[in-house]
Amino acid sequence: MRMPKEALKKKSDPKKKKATNAHDSLWDSYNQSGYMSGTKAGLDEQLVRFISHEKQEPEWMLQKRLAALKLYREMPLPNWGPDLSKLDLEKITYYARATYKQSQTWDDVPVDIKETFNKLGIPQAEQEVLAGVGAQYESTVIYHSLKEEFRRQGVVFEDLDVALQAHEELVKKYFMRAVPPTLHKFAALHGAVWSGGTFLYIPKGVKVELPLQAYFRMNAKGMGQFEHTLIIVEEEAQAHYIEGCSAPRYGVDSLHAGCVEVYVAKNARFRYSSVESWSKDAYNLNTKRALVQEGAHMEWVGGNFGSNVTMLYPCSVLLGEGASADHLGVAFANHGQIQDTGAKVIHLAPKTTSNIVMKSISKDGGHAIYRGLVEISAAAENAVSNIKCDALILDPQSASDTIPMIKINNPSAVLAHEATAGKLNDDDIFYLRSRGLSESEASAMIVNGFINPIVKELPLEYAVEMNRMVELEMENSVG
Amino acid sequence: MNLLIIKNLKVSVDGKLILDDISLTVKKGETVAIMGPNGSGKSTLANVLMGHPAYKIESGKASFKGKNIIDLKPEERAALGMFLAWQQPREIAGLDLHPFLFDFHKSLMAARKKKVPSVFAFKKKLDEEINFLEIKDDWSKRYLNQGFSGGEKKKAEMLQLALSEPDLVVFDEIDSGLDVDALKIVGKAMARFKTKNTSAIIVTHYLRILKYLKPDKVIVMAKGKVVASGGSELASRLEKKGFKEVL
Repeated sequence: MRMPKEALKKKSDPKKKKATNAHDSLWDSYNQSGYMSGTKAGLDEQLVRFISHEKQEPEWMLQKRLAALKLYREMPLPNWGPDLSKLDLEKITYYARATYKQSQTWDDVPVDIKETFNKLGIPQAEQEVLAGVGAQYESTVIYHSLKEEFRRQGVVFEDLDVALQAHEELVKKYFMRAVPPTLHKFAALHGAVWSGGTFLYIPKGVKVELPLQAYFRMNAKGMGQFEHTLIIVEEEAQAHYIEGCSAPRYGVDSLHAGCVEVYVAKNARFRYSSVESWSKDAYNLNTKRALVQEGAHMEWVGGNFGSNVTMLYPCSVLLGEGASADHLGVAFANHGQIQDTGAKVIHLAPKTTSNIVMKSISKDGGHAIYRGLVEISAAAENAVSNIKCDALILDPQSASDTIPMIKINNPSAVLAHEATAGKLNDDDIFYLRSRGLSESEASAMIVNGFINPIVKELPLEYAVEMNRMVELEMENSVG
Repeated sequence: MNLLIIKNLKVSVDGKLILDDISLTVKKGETVAIMGPNGSGKSTLANVLMGHPAYKIESGKASFKGKNIIDLKPEERAALGMFLAWQQPREIAGLDLHPFLFDFHKSLMAARKKKVPSVFAFKKKLDEEINFLEIKDDWSKRYLNQGFSGGEKKKAEMLQLALSEPDLVVFDEIDSGLDVDALKIVGKAMARFKTKNTSAIIVTHYLRILKYLKPDKVIVMAKGKVVASGGSELASRLEKKGFKEVL
């Protein structure tokens, strides 16, 4: 189950490391962030009031922010996971505002931002497949479009700041109910300084066939990103939302503490997919949670690349009878990276089911951890949960751990847990090389095959991008 | 013209000598059968020819098309025109078969500075081969060798052979795990591959496969050494009398 982890202990200074990862070479161009001047690092009540004032928020939101700030100050750092002591919370810039106003069409988007998006493949994808685009640049959404038919159907796909004005009652009803600021220190921090993000509302009975997508990009030195995604899927409705994140690499720790809340009403179906690729110095401490009602189905599909430390455990709370959740995830821990990811499912009602399939790859000293919790409450009669974790450990310097926690309070529960850990098979690599493929091509093919059961659940252009990210991660080896 | 020349080759694995003083030449257009009992080293030789990194060349020479191949990587040997049809093809979980076939075909063509086919040209070629090999099931949704029957695996090897367009093929016990019908098709594909410009090494236990592709030369191996060699009549003698008698 475990490989030696000496390499982890002798961590070198991240500032001295050469850029070795896919996202580094691909996306680390530095856009001139002139509009960043005037923002300052650190967090106090004045800043929280400033953010709220800038956004012309209603009083209740300011009060929520201040209450969250108080909690944040009182709460300790989580002590059960990866070491966060190097994360200097005083050096983070908690709020920055883009000077660009909301754009309605692609033509309105400024050129340097387009360049960034071009590398991420947004415009083409938008033309061909996508129903709507919300892209976050710094802390303010600068580009947003929505297809006319959705507007007719009553689908709201909006910047959350805008939704707070236009749909205040709806936002107020749901905002940080699934993820309360009391959950943990970074949820509290998020509650205090959140800015930007997406609001998605699917009315009762509306089925949106094409995936709705948003791209996030954290782009200024040492700047945190605290976007909030609020998704409400009404009864019998159906939709798929997908987002991808990337960040350029800088020598200053940057923090991402986003939050995703999904409310899946009776008999609704929702899929949330994300492909995240963070810069090597980023702390990605993200909280994602869905409340799933009777007969409803929630799916989480995620790919996690990059970052210094990622802690991410999408959670489904199965509240109604027959509610179900699928959690599919891939994590790639490369040199110097800790991918502490997993899933959390809380079964609170009878006949609820959950499936968790997680695959991790660790390479060049990377450390991948599956951390999961499945909880079956006393009320959850005849609950079923299947958990499967597969780890691929590419070299002796790398490590993988599986930490599955299971709490069962109802004896009728049926649980299955399976975990495997393996290495690349030399004969498999030789087999592919004997066909004329290079060693790194052969390895990448095998790794992509390993994650294929999850990747094939993504829309094609994301699947292609994810395969390409694996290829790039495999190409660059630390000597 | 000699295509492949092996001279006094000594090979070890984990410090143990497993091929001892092997010499062998294969001419252009020639078919050579390598026979021998289990553990004789004949499959090892097949893997060594293709450059399996687990084996260490202690001494000796190996050249292909006049080029020293001792230090060449497997993919470089493939690009030069060598192909190994595996005895036990690997099952690669999750690797979609069709994109894989296209990918390696493209790499080979690019490495040989040949024209890389369009998707449509490739599809046409692929369909022809699939028909020839009487591959009935829809393979397009399957993964490379995963869950394939013995016969399907060997047909997949022959398919990859056709897409590789090599000058020399090493068939490593291609007839193992085949039923009569599959053997016929694989044998037919072997015979079709072999022209006056292509060469084959057939590593086998049995004569039955040699009916489809008659060897010009037969070499018998035992305990890592070449112990007998001769023309195709040697193969018949082996069949009648068994390895023990002949050795």
